[in-house]
Order: sequence, then structure tokens, then C-alpha cells
Amino acid sequence: MQRMVIQRIFIGIITLWVVSVLVFVGTSVLPGDVAQIVLGQAATPETLAAYRAENGLDQPLYMQYATWLGGMFTGNLGISKAGGASISSLIGGRFANTMFLAGVVAIISVPLSVVLGLLAAMYPATWIDRVLTFGTLSLISVPDFFIATFMVLIFAVNLGWLPAIANVSPDDTMLETIQASAMPLITLIIVVSAQMIRMTRAGILNVMNSPYIEMSILKGVTRNRIITRHAFYNAIGPIVNVIALNLAYLVSGVVIVETIFAYPGLAKLMIDGVQTRDLPLVQACAMIFCGTYVVLIILSDVAAILSNPRLRNPK
Amino acid sequence: MSELLEVRDLRIEAPKKDEPAVKIVKGVSFDVKAGEVVALIGESGSGKTTISLGSLAYTKPGLEFSGGTIKLKGDDVLTMEPQGVRNLRGNRVAYLAQSAAATFNPALTINEQVTESAVLHGVMTQDEADVRATELYHALELPDPERIGFRYPHQVSGGQLQRLMAAMALVGRPDLLVLDEPTTALDVTTQIEVLKAFKKVIKEEGSAAIYVTHDLAVVAQVADHIVVLYSGEVQEQGPVDQIINNPQHPYTKRLMAAAHAGPKPGMGDKLSGDHDKDVANMQVKNMTAGYGEIVDGKPAITVLRDINMSVKNGHVVGVIGESGCGKSTLARVIAGLLPPAQGEVILDGNILKGSYKSRAKRDLQKVQFVYQMADTALNPKQLISEILGRPVEMFQNLRGKAKREKVAELLRLVELPVEFENRYATELSGGQKQRINLARSLAAMPEIMLCDEVTSALDSIVASNVVNLLKRLRDLTGVSFMFITHDLSTVAAFADEIVVLYAGRIVEQGPVDEVLSPPFHPYTRLLISSVPEMRIGWLEETMQKREMAVGIARGVEITDIGCPFYNRCPIAIAGTCERTSAPTYELKPDHFISCHHTAEEIEAIEKAPQQVLHGFEKAAPDDDVIVKPL
Repeated sequence: MQRMVIQRIFIGIITLWVVSVLVFVGTSVLPGDVAQIVLGQAATPETLAAYRAENGLDQPLYMQYATWLGGMFTGNLGISKAGGASISSLIGGRFANTMFLAGVVAIISVPLSVVLGLLAAMYPATWIDRVLTFGTLSLISVPDFFIATFMVLIFAVNLGWLPAIANVSPDDTMLETIQASAMPLITLIIVVSAQMIRMTRAGILNVMNSPYIEMSILKGVTRNRIITRHAFYNAIGPIVNVIALNLAYLVSGVVIVETIFAYPGLAKLMIDGVQTRDLPLVQACAMIFCGTYVVLIILSDVAAILSNPRLRNPK
Repeated sequence: MSELLEVRDLRIEAPKKDEPAVKIVKGVSFDVKAGEVVALIGESGSGKTTISLGSLAYTKPGLEFSGGTIKLKGDDVLTMEPQGVRNLRGNRVAYLAQSAAATFNPALTINEQVTESAVLHGVMTQDEADVRATELYHALELPDPERIGFRYPHQVSGGQLQRLMAAMALVGRPDLLVLDEPTTALDVTTQIEVLKAFKKVIKEEGSAAIYVTHDLAVVAQVADHIVVLYSGEVQEQGPVDQIINNPQHPYTKRLMAAAHAGPKPGMGDKLSGDHDKDVANMQVKNMTAGYGEIVDGKPAITVLRDINMSVKNGHVVGVIGESGCGKSTLARVIAGLLPPAQGEVILDGNILKGSYKSRAKRDLQKVQFVYQMADTALNPKQLISEILGRPVEMFQNLRGKAKREKVAELLRLVELPVEFENRYATELSGGQKQRINLARSLAAMPEIMLCDEVTSALDSIVASNVVNLLKRLRDLTGVSFMFITHDLSTVAAFADEIVVLYAGRIVEQGPVDEVLSPPFHPYTRLLISSVPEMRIGWLEETMQKREMAVGIARGVEITDIGCPFYNRCPIAIAGTCERTSAPTYELKPDHFISCHHTAEEIEAIEKAPQQVLHGFEKAAPDDDVIVKPL
């Protein structure tokens, strides 16, 4: 089992390395010359060349890659090409904001979805199940920007309860932060919970058709215990996988939600970076997103391995 | 006296929308007295499982009780409140299913599952239940009874799991046990071991039992009273002695006829001139195969060692041995699903490539595989016409009308109505599905069909029909068969030659009548002695036999050196058998045996059956168990 876990981690590292190559090459072949953008149309060829030499842009690509990768390891993410600030400092605050958003959403939505999914599986074809199924299916099929816009329309424009723009700053008190980010939080909770509820329900019901569940019925075990003790343990693998994918989405895929609420998160920073051709910034953000995915997937794989008694206790 | 369980005019049906309900059980009545074992026998579809589940107030989804009463000590279980039903299940009536492997929850320890119902029903505290479970593990002769409960289901063998399920049922001291085909899925040797344990523990506990099975030989060993069912109705019931020895009803007589008489020489057809073509069609030469990476011609885990065998044109070769002996692996190597590490497979004089991926389409066509479980081998989303049409299209290059005609011809060949082409596999019965499964292989017009336990999941009447069909197919098409099974009686009736595999080595092979008559290889003898006979008292008699004492207590272990059967062999020669591989010699023409004893020695031992050369002292039940610390 240890070998399997180590193998997973090793594969994760390889994946990250491949991703770093792809990100670097991908951003390098993007059209547009950084030096030109930074210095403007009026720059002379000499100033352009001087800028390139200063920033290592005249080096061969693999050398640039090596320097960049080395920087990644030492935490030196480079200097923003479009403003001169260090990328670490640019990202720092945004990263904290994103983690705050993702963390709060995860803390609320994961237990909520698992409990609701279990409820739906415990009472299939009852009103609880029907309401949950209808609700989750509707929410899965509606795009997140629609939910976000709709929320703005109701809570900010019509009712005026919450601000339309999630303008958080480090100086805010906790309460202010929560109030300011309430709408993106609710939107994201709705979006990710719907899928997790569906998958929890489906995972449990799938296990419920097994002969060992019929056996526990014939042993006189109550339905609640059958689901929480017999079925849940066997459904952990797939459930954890969906949770991991949804959490990864919270870090990287929330561009639209962040944009609509003007929330100062990482994904929005990356979009800004693309618009200003700030390649080091884009690269750093891309690596953070991929890293999050890889780490979360490794965690879910390890959780699945640990929840499987065959792998945990070999013959 | 009042009966423990009284079933009166029980009716169960499957309600349908807009149609009259399908009647599954049509007014069945019988009684179970305290301490008595009542067997419900009949083929699949007779309603025997449905009736037995009725005593737990349970029906499979889609069925419902529509009349009658089932009284347990005077309480009608069909009108109980949900609380009463929960208290009934697992506490007053306990259920043992056919497949323990599927019935144990893979995620929980054995002990938790064994003690769960007694603790939940408040009969015992967890500690009391643990003590009781350990007592039962001792009584059921399970290895390492003090610690086996801490393991997970995948860490014990199939036969052990089956006995652990008995412990699960017995832990709360139920009034009634319901055993649903508890030994059907097991090897003959394992079946004996489990039967013996069941019988002992039922006697010691004094519990009454309903024993559901289609195997009359098993019934003769365990039952006191027999109820014969057909299509949801009782045909005949009476004491075991009367039903077995003097059946009255024509259906009971038919069941008796379909039940095997035990494997004996002379049961098969004499080879007709037609199908006795003396050409080796398929040969396996010096083949070694296994799983894992192959280094220097040795796989990481060697399963098959130095296999030499051949299948002549139009012949049927039966491959027998317990599970874990490498029977399916052998078929997989021949089919190219598992490339061998050494040696080769020769078909029509040409060496076949190791992997199916590099074999020519022509070679793929010649070798066809038929799987045990037609349920899983046939795509449930495809019509029969598609399932049969694809191989016809691929291998015979027929399209349109010609293809449809070919599919119809295949259906006629396996004796199914042509209209079946518009059905889905899920709409067919088990025997019909197996026929489609065979037709699918025949669609490729193969030279050899590798049949892996194709009759094992079928009950005896359906299975003997399928075997008859196979015989006709052999005569009609001239196809050869490699017929893998653990059912010796079928092999005796169907095969021309037998290959006996033990722990990946061929221990005996030859013409079927030769292999089934003495002198036997000790392993062949163990297999033959383990087939239950339809005779009351057979089980007790057999357990007295020398080959049983050591043979049954242990399981198959693949060894690198020596004869792998050494630790189960009653006539093993200490110091020789475990050190050197047994020599293979020709007993009679084409009859080979691998043993350190000469034919004369074996024959001498056969004649003095109680003379024990060696072995009993090794039979200590505990030393064969490898227990790893948790």
C-alpha cells in the first residue's frame, strides 16, 4: 500500500513537471513581444535589446525555462513585466483571497453535500429525494455565470441586501469580509454542492444494489445503519474523487464568478495577466492552478486507497 | 405437536402494469419441525429461493406476497409490523446465501459482520457476541479461530468464507436457518469440507433449517425431509429416505435421472469413426506461463509449469482440477490472452503467436473462447441479432441478407427459435443465454472452442441439455473442445480425454475411461472421492477414507520445487516428494501420470485401501494456515 501511495506521489511530481514544460512552452509561443508591450511603440531597437538582455529574454528557450523553473523552487517567481512589482507580492494577497473563498466554500459545501446526498439515498423516491434531485439537476444544468448574475439581480439590485461587488481588502474585519464576499460564496456553494450531492447519492445507491446490502437487510439491520455503516464505506472512493475535482475547481475555475463580483482572486489576476501579456504572471498562476489539481487528486487517490480494505490490508 | 414453521397456501406474485400478475409461488404448504432440516429442491424458476426468503418476510424487488400464511412459532411473519420484521430477520430466522464472497461487505471486518445482528437485536453485548463467534469459529473448524474475525473478507478463502457465513447466521441462536444453495458455487473438495461443518454445527446447535438446492446428492447428506418444487408448486414431499430411494412423482424421477451418478468409466459415447480423427489439431508444448514480468523465461508468479497436451480434431478434452490449479490460465494462454513465458501453442502445425494482438485474423477465428457467465459475456444493450451478427460479419464477411440468414442458422444450430434475434440477452433464461454464448463462438466457425465452466452456473437439467447440445455441435461441425470444469460427472459423460491439473502441473492425462479407472493418481482419486453420491450416509463414510483425511484439510498451493500435491497426498514419500518433481511416465498408451510411485505401487496401495504410508500425522488442522499479523 505504501508503495502505491509513493507511486501516486511520484506520478504527481512527473505530471507537474510535464505541466511546467507545457505552460512555459505554451506561453512562449503566444503572439506578442513582452519588450515591445512594456516599452511601448516608441521604443528604439536598442532599448528593446537592452530590456531583453536585462530580463534574459535573449537566452535560448531552454535556458529561460531552467531559470524560470529554478525560480519556482526558490519562491522567486520573477518580476511582473507589466508593472515591475515582484510576482510573489502580486500573487500573495490574491492567493490568500482565493484560499479564503475556496476554504469557506469547502467547509460549508462538503459536509452539506455529503449529508444531503446521504439523505437522498436513504429515502429514495420520497419528497426529500425528489426536491433534492430536481434542485441539483436544475443547478447543474444552469451555467454559473447565470446563477451569479441572477443573485446580483435579486440580492443587490432588487433587495439591496448585499453589495454587488465583492470588494474585500486586508483591512476589513471578518464580518465585513464575509458580508462583502457573501454572494460569490453562496454562488459557489450552490454550484459545487449540486454535483457533489448527485454523486454522493449515485455512489451510495450503486452500492445499495450489492448482495451484501441485501444480506444486511436480511440480518434485520435498520436502513439508516445500512447506509451509514455498510454502504458509505464502499462509496467513499468515488465520492472523494468528485469532492477533489470540485475543490480544484474552486481554486482555478472560478474566473467567471470572480469576474462578475469583481472579487480580487487569483483567477482574475491571471486574466489580467493575459490581457497585459504579463507572461511570468500567467505562468506562475497556471502552475499554482495545476499544482492544486495535482495535489487534490493525489489526496483523493490516497483517500480511496486508504478506504479500500483490499489495498489497506493485502492478503 | 406444534411446528416451528408452518407455511400454508403461500402465494407470491410479480405484479405487472396493465397485465395480470405473474404467479411465482402458487399455494405452497409445508412444515419445519424443531431440529429438522427441510430441503426445498427444484430447478431454477421453481420458486425455491422465493419461498425460503418468505420465511424472513422478504421478497426480491418486484415481487409481493399475495396470499397464505407463514407462521413461526404461531406468529404470522407476513402480517408483522416493521419492528417485528426487523426482530425476525437475523435474530429468529437467519439467512445464508449462495455466494459468501458477494454477501460479506468488503469494507468491514469479518467479526463486525458476524456479530452485528446479535448485537443490534440486543440479544448479546458486543463482548458476549465476540466470545460466541469465536466458539463458532472453533466449531466450524476454521483455521486460527481466535484471530480470523479480525481479518477482512478478501483475506480468507472461499470455503472459509462460506463457513464464516454460517457463523454469522448462527451467532444469535436463531430458531430457523435458511440456507440458499450454500455449496453450489464451491469445488467438490471444498463442498465436502463445508457440508461437513454445516452438518456438524446444525446438529450441535439443534437449530431447524430450510436447505435450498438443486443438488440431490447434497440433499441426501443433510436433509431430514424433502419438498420437491416445480414452477411454484409442490410436486411431492416426504422423508429423505422415501424421496431419494422411492420417488413417486414423475418430476422427482426426472430430477433423479438428471442428477449425476458420479463419474465412472464408460459414461461417455464411444468415439464414432467420424469424430475420431487422429490428427493433433491443437498442441501445447513445454509451456510455462504465469503473471507479472517475464525474466529469463520465468514470470514473476509462475502458474503453469511445463504443460504438454494436445487436442485432436473433433475431440473433447476435459480439463479438471480445483480452483487455483490454473485451468482458466491454460485456456487464456491458448486463446492468446496471456502470452506464455516458455513453450508454444501449435494449431494445425503452425506455431501461434503468444499474444492475440499479433495473431492473424485467421488464427483468431480458429480459437474461440466461451465464458462461464453468459450474463456478463453478452452485451445487455445489444439485440441477439447484433451479438451474433458482428462475428459473422467480421469473420465470414457476410452482409445484409446473407448475414441475417447466417444468424438464423446459428440460432437453429443451438436449438433456439429464430425470433430470438429480436430480443435482448436479458430477456432470456440462464440456459438460453448460454446457448447464445455458444452460438456467438460458433459464428466465427472455429476449429477449437475453449469452454470455461460453461455449465457450472446452470442447474442439473439445464446443464445436461447444454452438454447434449455440445455433443451435437461436435458431431455436426467437427469442432474440437477444451472443456474446463470442476464437475467430474459432466467430463465423464462428454470428454474423450481428460487432463488433470494440480497447482499448475499436469498430474495425469489420458483417455477418459482410463483416467477414471484405477490405478488413480492420488489427486485424481481425491477429486473422484469428493463427488457426492446420492446415498444417505455417504458423507460420513467418505470422511473415514484415507485420502480425505489429509486432502480435505488443505488447499491448493503452487510450489517451485517438488510435487505440489505433497502436503495433501496420503501416500507421499517424505524426503522425496517435497524435494524433486515427480517423473512423468506412460501407464498405458496415451495415459500419462506424474508420481514418484510406480504404477505397481499405486495399484498395490489401491488394493489395500486402509494401509497408510504417510500423511495422517501431517493433518494437524492449524499448521497449514499462514496468518500474517494485522
